[in-house]
Amino acid sequence: MTETTTTTVTLLRGAKILGGEPADVLIEGETVTAVGTGLEAPQGATVIEAEGRVLLPGLVDLHTHLREPGREDSETVLTGTRAAAMGGYTAVHAMANTFPVADTAGVVEQVWRLGKESGYCDVQPVGAVTVGLEGRKLAELGAMHDSAAGVRVFSDDGKCVDDAVIMRRALEYVKAFDGVIAQHAQEPRLTEGAQMNEGLVSAELGLAGWPAVAEESIIARDVLLAAHVGSRVHICHLSTAGSVEIVRWAKSKGWNVTAEVTPHHLLLTDELVRSYDPVYKVNPPLRTEADVLALREALADGTIDCVATDHAPHPHEDKDCEWGAAAMGMVGLETALSVVQHTMVDTGLLDWAQIADRMSFRPAAIGRLAGHGRPIAAGEPANLTLLDPAYRGEVNPAEFVSRSRNTPYRGLELPGRVTHTFLRGRATVVDGKLT
Amino acid sequence: MDAHTPPAEVIPPRPVLEAPDIARVLTRIAHEIVERAKGAENVVLLGIPTRGVHLARRLAAKLTEITGRDVPVGSLDITMYRDDLRLRPARALSRTEIPKDGIEGSVVILVDDVLFSGRTIRAALDALNDIGRPRAVRLAVLVDRGHRELPIRADYVGKNLPTSLRETVKVQLAEEDGRDSVLLGLGETSPAEG
Amino acid sequence: MKRHLISAADLTRDDAVLILDTAEELARVADRPIKKLPTLRGRTVVNLFFEDSTRTRISFEAAAKRLSADVINFSAKGSSVSKGESLKDTALTLEAMGADAVVIRHHDSGAPHRLATSGWIGGSVVNAGDGTHEHPTQALLDAFTMRRRLVGADTGLGRDLSGRRITIVGDVLHSRVARSNVHLLTTLGAEVTLVAPPTLVPVGVGAWPCEVSYDLDAVLGKSDAVMMLRVQRERMNAAFFPTEREYARRYGLDGDRMATMPEHAIVMHPGPMNRGMEITAEVADSARCTAVEQVANGVSIRMAVLYLLLSGAVPEEPAAGQTRTEESK
Repeated sequence: MTETTTTTVTLLRGAKILGGEPADVLIEGETVTAVGTGLEAPQGATVIEAEGRVLLPGLVDLHTHLREPGREDSETVLTGTRAAAMGGYTAVHAMANTFPVADTAGVVEQVWRLGKESGYCDVQPVGAVTVGLEGRKLAELGAMHDSAAGVRVFSDDGKCVDDAVIMRRALEYVKAFDGVIAQHAQEPRLTEGAQMNEGLVSAELGLAGWPAVAEESIIARDVLLAAHVGSRVHICHLSTAGSVEIVRWAKSKGWNVTAEVTPHHLLLTDELVRSYDPVYKVNPPLRTEADVLALREALADGTIDCVATDHAPHPHEDKDCEWGAAAMGMVGLETALSVVQHTMVDTGLLDWAQIADRMSFRPAAIGRLAGHGRPIAAGEPANLTLLDPAYRGEVNPAEFVSRSRNTPYRGLELPGRVTHTFLRGRATVVDGKLT
Repeated sequence: MDAHTPPAEVIPPRPVLEAPDIARVLTRIAHEIVERAKGAENVVLLGIPTRGVHLARRLAAKLTEITGRDVPVGSLDITMYRDDLRLRPARALSRTEIPKDGIEGSVVILVDDVLFSGRTIRAALDALNDIGRPRAVRLAVLVDRGHRELPIRADYVGKNLPTSLRETVKVQLAEEDGRDSVLLGLGETSPAEG
Repeated sequence: MKRHLISAADLTRDDAVLILDTAEELARVADRPIKKLPTLRGRTVVNLFFEDSTRTRISFEAAAKRLSADVINFSAKGSSVSKGESLKDTALTLEAMGADAVVIRHHDSGAPHRLATSGWIGGSVVNAGDGTHEHPTQALLDAFTMRRRLVGADTGLGRDLSGRRITIVGDVLHSRVARSNVHLLTTLGAEVTLVAPPTLVPVGVGAWPCEVSYDLDAVLGKSDAVMMLRVQRERMNAAFFPTEREYARRYGLDGDRMATMPEHAIVMHPGPMNRGMEITAEVADSARCTAVEQVANGVSIRMAVLYLLLSGAVPEEPAAGQTRTEESK
């Protein structure tokens, strides 16, 4: 990436803004300067003929594992942000479960700086709630917020903050700087040794079950805690129909609760585990058809606020083994929008304006992320994603730019393709290729 | 040994032996056995499943008629000793039933329906070897159709039936098929089958 | 039959009856002076055991040797390599050595399935017990024992277990023996009832083709065979039941309970038995208990399985297509 001193000018011609009527969008420097029909291309402007394409605000992911520092064999900030750009993202929240854990100002600033240097996508570090993700002692939440990284989202993701007192204190403490605790809801005792969703399939496969109640009981406790202390809580990767009911109830009370769902929980079920292929091993586990339908409905009606990828890269050897020995997680940045189009748009549950809400406006608002999740209008920062919704193609992991290939969608035909991504006016993806 | 399924376009098989012929040749073989084995003392008949077993029982009955003594009869499954196991899907096993006094020192007469390549009999000799050490082993067959692939010959033959490899020989026995007959038809056969 | 034996659910009724019939013929070889058949001469069978199980290993070993196969025992216990790497790398090693069949015992459910479908090896895979998933040859030898006892050795040939009522008692949740038996016995036409404290029955058991009861006394009187599962004492510490004494009192089989069973009914146990826990010495040593017979039958069943998997021509395998979720609409 080279810094350019001259102002770049780009004209998108005939793009359907948020899926609406075709219009032209002029980008000058880092900003959208005009939106309208029949805009003239200024001298030296790059013109992109975007008929039939949908223009969305740059996508924002609340839940990404970039693995750096510590597990650079699976992903780095650079490779992860490249994957994000390919998926249409202009900002990602980097989870704290790195080595060392992002539980100090030093580590979050390092990740933040690496993101700046990558130039493909903004990286907003998430700080750990507790020291070493151990759930015992609060990390220096204030120091992480006051650092250059300006952390607002805190999470022990990968582990649950299961101690009720620690959770209560964290929720209270972050009120001082408008922070939010993103909870990985998993009651640890109920999920000891858990390998997959507990139900019909686990009974047959003889794999230790991860019951829905282990997620739901923590969510129930935490929405009550958040209400009690008047703070806000965000539920990571909500995966069960019961969790949806609890969040719906909490929202009906007016409590400050938000929730995310992953693309894979919108599409895949635990029936896939019958193959014992660890590519389907993920935490929380793939649930049942009924859960999938409930999650789609909840995302459609706004009970679930946003889609978050839980992009979890793992090296080949951690998946090329028996189920019990395999790592949990799936990559998701490069396929998220296609899966969401497939499950939510092509099914008629959401239109593109609502997709912009669930994948950009809302996550940016939850993360209090400045400059992202903004409307497409003159004067707004030019963080934009252009996609071709008519495209259909098979997922080929060999084409991923992520360092890891652990996708559950190999060979699956999915709709939609990001053709261009703009980060503050500069194209990071052009015609489906990284710049 | 198994029934051969002729291809559809083949001319209907014609009988070369009918029930009375089969009865007559079995009687003749029984007499030959008594003659050569000096009263059929020490003789043990072992049929090779499936139809060889029925033939062995019929022969035993005839020997009893002739000599007035019970002749031990049993069966010898050769499946586990075949040399062509890997050419076809795994086969079900048949029963090996050795008469209670065993075969040590006796004259074992192996009985089969059709003698063809000789491979079945080779397998039977191996199987016998794991069961005991008879004084001698003889072979009785209802039909010898030629095309031997091993140096094996029958001691007692019901009928020598010169055939081409394009022909099939099918033995039907009342116990198994509801009627007695030997049928000659057309259709490709592998000598390995017999 | 398929090329591998991973789950009892892979067997059709005809497959299962063929295995039982074959085992019945092979059992007779054990009575001969020479207990050996030349059938698998030159073939290599590897016993790959990631978990200690001397009983199962020697049973497979005896079976393979009686069929004249070369047997290699590979105990992977105590390997310092990470578990995942060691299964794949071990598999590649065995493949390089030309293993025609791999008999695998593994602590992870699904490991044999993975071995058979990963492309790491080309030979047949026989599941000798995986985690809390399945143990299909144990179920086959149990079914074989039941058919011999309840139908008859010779009269049983070609027949299944239609109409027989089988009760399986104990730690169903963690039992690979129970899972395989439910599949196989149902395939063979038997009616299966599981009896256990509710803590030791898996969530989702409702979809299994069997009945579930929490009351042992209520089902004993109408059982043709009662199979007692081994209950590990450690389960007590995980609060699956309060004390050993209480477990034995509610779910153990003693002489008084055995007396309520029909006269012809048998008591089975896959071994090793916890005397005083799930079964009293009086029952274990009674003529109705088939535990020792089951061990002997194990060799015949494993001979039959190895013979049927390895002796014939290699069947065409359908290309392993990836399964996906049904589109949910």
